[in-house]
This record gives sequence, C-alpha cells and structure tokens, in this order.
Amino acid sequence: MARICGICPVSHLITSAKACDALLAVRIPPAAEKLRRLITLAQVVQSHALSLFHLSSPDLLLGMDADPTKSNLFGVLEVEPQLARNGIALRKFGQQIIERLGGKRIHPAWVVPGGVSDPLSQQDRDAILAETPETLKITQRSMQWLKSVVEKFANDVDSFGSFPSLFMGIVKENGNLAFYDGKLCFVDATGATVADGLEADNYQKFLGEKVEPWSYLKSAYYIPKGFPDGMYRVGPLARLNIAQSCGTPLADAELQAFRRAYGMTTLSSFHYHHARLIEILYCIERMEELLNDSEILSTHVRAIAKPNALEGIGIAEAPRGTLLHHYKIDEQGLIRWANLIIATGQNNLAMNKSVLQVAQQYIHGEKITHGMLNRVEAVIRAYDPCLSCSTHATGQMALKVQLIGADGSVLDEVAR
Amino acid sequence: MTQTGDMKTLKVDGRDLSARSDETILDIARQNEIFIPTMCELEGLSSPGACRLCLVEVKGSNKLFPACLTKAEEGMEVTTDSERLVNYRRMIMELFFTERNHVCSVCVSNGNCELQVLGQKVGLTHVHFPYRFPKEPVDASHDRFVADHNRCILCTRCVRVCDEIEGAHTWDVMGRGIQSLVVTDLHQAWGSSESCTGCGKCVQVCPTGALFEKGKSVAEMHKRRKCLR
Repeated sequence: MARICGICPVSHLITSAKACDALLAVRIPPAAEKLRRLITLAQVVQSHALSLFHLSSPDLLLGMDADPTKSNLFGVLEVEPQLARNGIALRKFGQQIIERLGGKRIHPAWVVPGGVSDPLSQQDRDAILAETPETLKITQRSMQWLKSVVEKFANDVDSFGSFPSLFMGIVKENGNLAFYDGKLCFVDATGATVADGLEADNYQKFLGEKVEPWSYLKSAYYIPKGFPDGMYRVGPLARLNIAQSCGTPLADAELQAFRRAYGMTTLSSFHYHHARLIEILYCIERMEELLNDSEILSTHVRAIAKPNALEGIGIAEAPRGTLLHHYKIDEQGLIRWANLIIATGQNNLAMNKSVLQVAQQYIHGEKITHGMLNRVEAVIRAYDPCLSCSTHATGQMALKVQLIGADGSVLDEVAR
Repeated sequence: MTQTGDMKTLKVDGRDLSARSDETILDIARQNEIFIPTMCELEGLSSPGACRLCLVEVKGSNKLFPACLTKAEEGMEVTTDSERLVNYRRMIMELFFTERNHVCSVCVSNGNCELQVLGQKVGLTHVHFPYRFPKEPVDASHDRFVADHNRCILCTRCVRVCDEIEGAHTWDVMGRGIQSLVVTDLHQAWGSSESCTGCGKCVQVCPTGALFEKGKSVAEMHKRRKCLR
C-alpha cells in the first residue's frame, strides 16, 4: 500500500496496516504501536518540510509576483541559503528516521499487519535522539523567519481561502492533537464542536463522497450539512483548529501565539504554512518522548494472526489530513473491495473555493494577470495537495486558466 | 575418481577449459564465472530446457543449444554472449513480462524476484510486444500459501521440486502453450489437496511472486533454498 504515494508512503502504510489489524482482529504489541507512532511523526516532519521549504518558501521569500524562473528552491538558495539549508536539514531528519526504522526512505515495508517487522535497535534510537536538539533549534529559527514574512502578505491572507468552513481531524481522548490514533471530530468556523467522538467504523454515515463529471477527484463532504454546504478542510490548519492543545511545551507555546495572532479558529488557508511548522515542532518533541520511553526498544513488535474479520477500517492523520482505508476480504483473505478517502479529496471543495476567491480578488477586466496566475498556484500549494500539483516547474507554470465571461464566452486563456 | 579419459577440452568464449563428460556447458560456465542467464533451471532439480534463456552458439552448427542440457564435447567452441544471443534473451524476457501480469511495484516479491533481477541484468528497459493482461486465477485456499497465476512464468520448478525432492507430485501442468497452468491435484483447490504435504518447497523455489507465503510483507519474501542441498 506504500506504493500509492511517493510523498506519503508511510501514511498509507500505517492506515493500511491499521485496517489490516482490524481484519486480523489483533491488538498489536505496545512497542509496535510506539514505533508506528514514531515513523508517522517522521513522515509528517519530512513531508511538511518538503511542502513549506522546497515548494512554498519561494512564494513567501521572493513574493507572489516573482519571476517564475527564480521562484524555486534554487532561487531561495541564492537569496537566503540558510533558509533552504534548514528545509533540507528538516526533511533529511524525517527521511533518515524512516530509513532507520523502515529500511528505506521511499516505500518502506516495515509496518505490517499486527505491528512492525523489526524492533528498533539501541544504536538507532541513540542516533535519532542525538539529532533532535539541533532539529528543534532549526524549526524554531524557521518559525521566526515565517512570522517575519507573513506580515508582508496581509492582503493575500484575506483572499487565500479565507472563508468559513468545517474542519475535520482526529483528536486524542483529552482533545489534544493526534496523528496515529483518536476519534474524529468536526468543528465549525467559530470553533464550536459540530460532532466529536466519531468512530471511523461509521464513516459512511457522516462522510459523503460526491463524484463530479468534470473531475477525477471526488469531493468529500459532511453528510448532515449536505453537498456542498458540508465542505470541510483537513490537514495541519484543521488539526490545530480542532485540537485543545498539542500536548508538548514548545509546540503549545507556539500554538498559543498562533491563536493570539489569528484567533481561536483560523480561517485563512494561507496559515496552513504556519500550522505546518507548529506541527513539525510537536512531532520532534513527541519523538523525543517516545524515544526516551524504554519500552520502544522491546523486541516484541508483532502479533501474528490470520484474517478473522471480513471487513476492516483504518484511520490516521497523514501530513495533508485525515486518511482512511476501508477493505473487504473474502474468507481466503483476498481483498474484494476497497475504498480510500484521501486528504486532497477532502480539501477539494475548499481548494476550488480558494481559487474562486483569488480570482475574485485579482481578476479585473478581461485579462488574466501574471500575479493572479502565481496566486492560483500558491493557494493550491497552501493545501499541499501532492507533489505533481504543487511543484514549481522550473521556469514555467504547469497550469491552464480560462477566464469565462458572464455569457459563457472565453475572454482570456493562459496555458503554460 | 574421474578418469583422465573422461575429461573433455573445449573453448568457451575463446577460453580453453576442461570439463567432465557428464557436465553441461552451463556447469562449466558457472565453474569459470561465465554468466549465462537461466530461469527454469535450478541446481538440485532436473532441467527441462524450457525457458530457452541459456541458449548458446556452438561453432559448426547454425542451431542454438540450451546450455543447461548440452554436454561438453571434445573440441567444442561455444559462444555465450554474441549479439544474436543477447537479442534473443532480451526478447524472451520481454515475452515473459507480456504473457501475464508482472507489475513489480505492486508484486509481493518485489526485491526478491529472479525475473526482476534478470530483467535488469539483461538490460530490459522497454517491452516491444503488446501486453496481454490476462485475468488469471488466484488460489488462496491453502492455509499457509497462495498461488497467483498472474505472476507465473511456467518455469515448472514447483512441479519438479514437488516430484523430485518432496516426492508428493502435487503440482502438474494443465493445458497447452500459452493456456498452460500449473495445477494442484489435477486442478483442485490447493487448500483441498490431499497429496500436498504443506512443506512449502514449491514456494521456496518459485522465481517470481506466483507462489508466496501468507502473512509476510514484501520485505520478508526472501526464498530459503536449503531444502535443495
């Protein structure tokens, strides 16, 4: 299942393994659960670093109207080399943990139904722990930089997907930020709880998936509010809007500052970037906690069982948002039906609305401007849908935009 | 004790080599670290000469000879690596990949597959024939093993190891040509087979992901072949 994605292989693997745990009807060993949590956090760190530094930092550092030939990581390296190095270091930190645990950085097969295939060695534990203090410092320095540049985008913040919507994610029993395990929760634009304590096993009762004839991507919505009013956002911003707190000191301090600056519920998708950095901070702190727990070195990391249930559902938070795998198998254990609900599908309605908002703000007259094109790209990038959608193709933009008049005629068209 | 008179001298790729008369060209090549690709052949089992990957040229004949079955002869001059052979081998590998569904990225044997390794070794970068994409059955009725015919290359190693080493002869080949299928107990579900001892030798000798163990992840699908020694 890791093969589904090259950016989030670990998230798919974790969610798939949890669905398979349900098929086996096993309780996995405590050490296995801790190791799965550890690799989940490493995945979040590396993916968030990729999104913020490699993909979005050119917009933030060089501006939305920057020359497309310079608007990439190499452009950042020229202007602010330390910033680019920080991003590379953070991603490397996450990727190396995945490699230490899973054997390889992309598509590891270490997470298996019933636990994980191999225990963590003391040597690898110590090697990861040795790197966390410096990685925390890099994250804090990056946080200072991000806070300093956000001020320059005051106009963009209000038009970058800034609208009321629901937010969904999983939270721990105490309401704190969760990535590996928890109950689903919805809050509205005021921060009021719409539904909480929702079990993933009942997801079909409250999560609808609409198929549109013009897109391969399904649009997920909250069934009680209907389509499209049941639009909701997932991912870093949604998680921080839902969580009571992070549960680790440095991340909580930053979360409080974030809420002081933008309110208890942040509505602008521009702040997905800031939320990512807070989550990176949380992940590193939480990793330290897990690695300092002696049980994580236990060699009992796998429960062996055969298929015992014919249907299984797994849920976890991937970097981009809630991920759900649902399988049905036959009595021989062969998969007969599967449904996956992916973060990008859940953000689909919000992404479309964000593009509309940018267009309303930046389209004047009958011509598409360069700044508007860049912002369409940048607002999509804030959701970090996936590498192919969010990369800066060097020197050009891989997008086609049509400006359609009220009578349906095409007024302007740009394809690059 | 080998008699001196039994020894043959021959040339392989221009090298003067000696061999016992009961040794094949493949044996001699391996002893002298000359690479000849194989797929159906496996040390410890009889060779059917079926896959044709080990074909070599022998001076004086326009025919190609399977190295796994051709015995050494006095004065023989063998070529193992001509342009013609390289082209044929790559073509055979391409036919393997097109005949059924060999998609490494979603295969349980990815990283532990002889077909994959050999494809890389013979420089297979593209397949020039149209893929057939057949819908072959998957038999997961056995308690511990699965037979996925989509990944079978009909090397018949399973048939031979079951017959020659385990002595159960559970496996056999049904049908002809491209319609052939390896079957258990005259095409009964593997899980209901009365002759299968559950030893797993067939799984261990399978070069691809056609026969695999249940409950193992992709990273754990390595083969244990000590049963053949």
